[in-house]
Amino acid sequence: MTDATANSPALPDRKHSGSLMEHTARTRRRNNAEKRFRAYGLAAIGIGLAALIVLLVSILSQGLPAFSQTFVTMKVYLDPAKLDKSGTRDIEQIKKVSTFGYAPLIRAAMQETMTANGIDPEKFGLSEKAAEEMISKEGAAQLRNFVIAHPDQIGQTVEFKFLADSRIDGYFKGRVSMASAKLDSNVSPAQLQLADALKKAGVLKVGFNWGFITNPDASENRPEAAGIGVAIIGSLYMMIIVLCLALPIGVAASIYLEEFAPQNWFTDLIEVNISNLAAVPSIVFGILGLAIFINWAGLPQSAPIVGGLVLTLMTLPTIIISTRASLKSVPPSIRDAALGVGASKMQSVFHHVLPLAMPGILTGTIIGLAQALGETAPLMLIGMVAFVREFPAAPPEGFFDPASALPVQVYNWTQRADPAFTERASGAIIVLLIFLLSMNFLAIILRRRFERRW
Amino acid sequence: MSLVKLTASALAVAAVSATAAAARDNVQVAGSSTVLPYASIVAEAFGENFDFPTPVVESGGSSAGLKRFCEGVGENTIDIANASRKIKDSEVKACADAGVTDIVEVRIGYDGIVFASDIKGAKFVFTPEDWYKALAAELPDADGKLVANPNTSWSEVNADLPNQKILAFIPGTKHGTREVFEEKVLLAGCEEAGAFEAMTAAGMDKKEATSKCVGVRTDGVSTDIDGDYTETLARIAANPEGLGVFGLAFYENNMDKLQVATMSGVLPSTESIATGEYPVSRPLYFYIKKAHVGVIPGLQEYAEFFVSDEIAGPDGPLAAYGLVSDPQLAETQALVAADKVMGE
Repeated sequence: MTDATANSPALPDRKHSGSLMEHTARTRRRNNAEKRFRAYGLAAIGIGLAALIVLLVSILSQGLPAFSQTFVTMKVYLDPAKLDKSGTRDIEQIKKVSTFGYAPLIRAAMQETMTANGIDPEKFGLSEKAAEEMISKEGAAQLRNFVIAHPDQIGQTVEFKFLADSRIDGYFKGRVSMASAKLDSNVSPAQLQLADALKKAGVLKVGFNWGFITNPDASENRPEAAGIGVAIIGSLYMMIIVLCLALPIGVAASIYLEEFAPQNWFTDLIEVNISNLAAVPSIVFGILGLAIFINWAGLPQSAPIVGGLVLTLMTLPTIIISTRASLKSVPPSIRDAALGVGASKMQSVFHHVLPLAMPGILTGTIIGLAQALGETAPLMLIGMVAFVREFPAAPPEGFFDPASALPVQVYNWTQRADPAFTERASGAIIVLLIFLLSMNFLAIILRRRFERRW
Repeated sequence: MSLVKLTASALAVAAVSATAAAARDNVQVAGSSTVLPYASIVAEAFGENFDFPTPVVESGGSSAGLKRFCEGVGENTIDIANASRKIKDSEVKACADAGVTDIVEVRIGYDGIVFASDIKGAKFVFTPEDWYKALAAELPDADGKLVANPNTSWSEVNADLPNQKILAFIPGTKHGTREVFEEKVLLAGCEEAGAFEAMTAAGMDKKEATSKCVGVRTDGVSTDIDGDYTETLARIAANPEGLGVFGLAFYENNMDKLQVATMSGVLPSTESIATGEYPVSRPLYFYIKKAHVGVIPGLQEYAEFFVSDEIAGPDGPLAAYGLVSDPQLAETQALVAADKVMGE
């Protein structure tokens, strides 16, 4: 210490070298600079946190109502005169009655339910049609599917749990009010009053909306029936494809580049290109996917296989870079020791280096997958931003069936006219966030538990 | 070991993808975002009532849809293009060059275009002339010479209108709606105002005068919206002084947030559009690739179901959503049943 001060050319002109306890102007300046920097840092974190909180609050407040739904339980008389005019119970004859033929049954059931619960339909001044419109249009399809599955039930009275129309549902979630209903041609205050009466009678109940998770998308006529079932399956299939392709290809490429490849201009070129690819905007991969996989290879549009392949291309650089980093972090002494006891180069890599690098590789893969899960832009070009109602089949055939994806479903719903879809879009965002959070959490656990420090 | 397994499964996936030649069994539709809600309502009902899978419907705009439609014939091209305007000659030619020669044109009904503002704002009573004078880039002065549009408030355009800053959100040029807006509002207003006549009298040829009539000012008074009506709605929510151009169906779904303006004294509704009283409306179409009929299962049935009375008729779900049903629906039904191609 004394040597250092003696040899240092800068210090001798310092006149005063007093006690550390005494604050000179210079020390104060330095301390103040540090204080300011701390304040900047805190402010930066504060801004970030505030943005996060605003985002979360707005998504949660808009999206949580999507997880509850208003249901109406009614007994419906399956009128043989309407459903099976031939009286033969022949399934082909029954199928000829379209969903439009089932609407009168719901209309009758609604009137029946009101009288049974002591609600006077006259009191609200609602037409039978207006009362029927309080039930989702999905109801007719629900009835028809039931009758086709159980033709023997025709002529019986069966209890059904119908979805309430999105405006009625919105009333119980605070989205629709008496004041807004007055202005709205799709719902009237009288319908809301009747809904209140039905709720009092216990016919109408609000419950957890499992349908939101399991149902496919629905048209603009019935937002209450829309769900993210197909989107979840589509996203899952794409993630399977990305995992099965990107992990082996990425790991093989990085092991070769890191452990076996000679260091020359060619491998340098490859390295630079991989880093570049990681920064390419994802829409470029979509254009590439459209040109190669659909137009040239003739793969089907809107299918998870094409989405998966495009996302694989997008994820590969991320995986290669993180794999190479974790291979590099395994100390050379491990390789030298393995080679020293007579292992071949390949044995040293696969028996020693790779297992030690595995936590890092998996973390990188999971982060890459999470990134791919939230990707929308490339999927727009390959036809996945579509109205898809059919669930894809089980893999591998299902990879070729049309499907949607979670972020795409969000994008789709935000463009629809009915405000009920905005709520569902936020609900889908919540589900997507839960998936992303759990994937990142998994990555953290893997890193914490298995990573070795040298 | 797990690496070996993963590689094996990856190879399996690759092998399956290489032999992907299985026939497509669902109808694929793409095109206009205005037609999308109607097409998805029909697709949903079609899937429920028929044994065919539910058709896959994409949006993206009329032009984008027709472009994909014209890419050629084959399973990896779409079967139907939705359009909020008639197919152009250039598009028919592009189709023919790619081998798509037989196209069936189906008109499904009419769609109204409405002008709406924030529900809490002032009421508007428009004529096409007002819009022309408010939005045209250049207006002819007394001698027919063009000068930059000086109007900044609606009351300057027409003394009967409220004294409110002109701020309009109109559909961008990629939308079919923009064409209708230009033709039925700006051009009509230009003629009404006598500006068209003044320009031609001043020695301008008709084509140039037309383009001057529909040329929208770029000084920030008018904003092109390239997204959907939801974006226009969001813009109006942020700027309560703004006026937006919407589809009738969209307005009807958001009546608690928007108030609609009358055009030439007529309030837009399915009735006033059906009778032709409300001036700003346009037909909606879809185009079928005839070469795919009989190859893609359900295509013919979907098209026939779309135009059937119970769907596209005045009491059907499409009319309930906001489509103005076509009085000549029976002719369209016959055309679809016979698969009559365009130009025949």
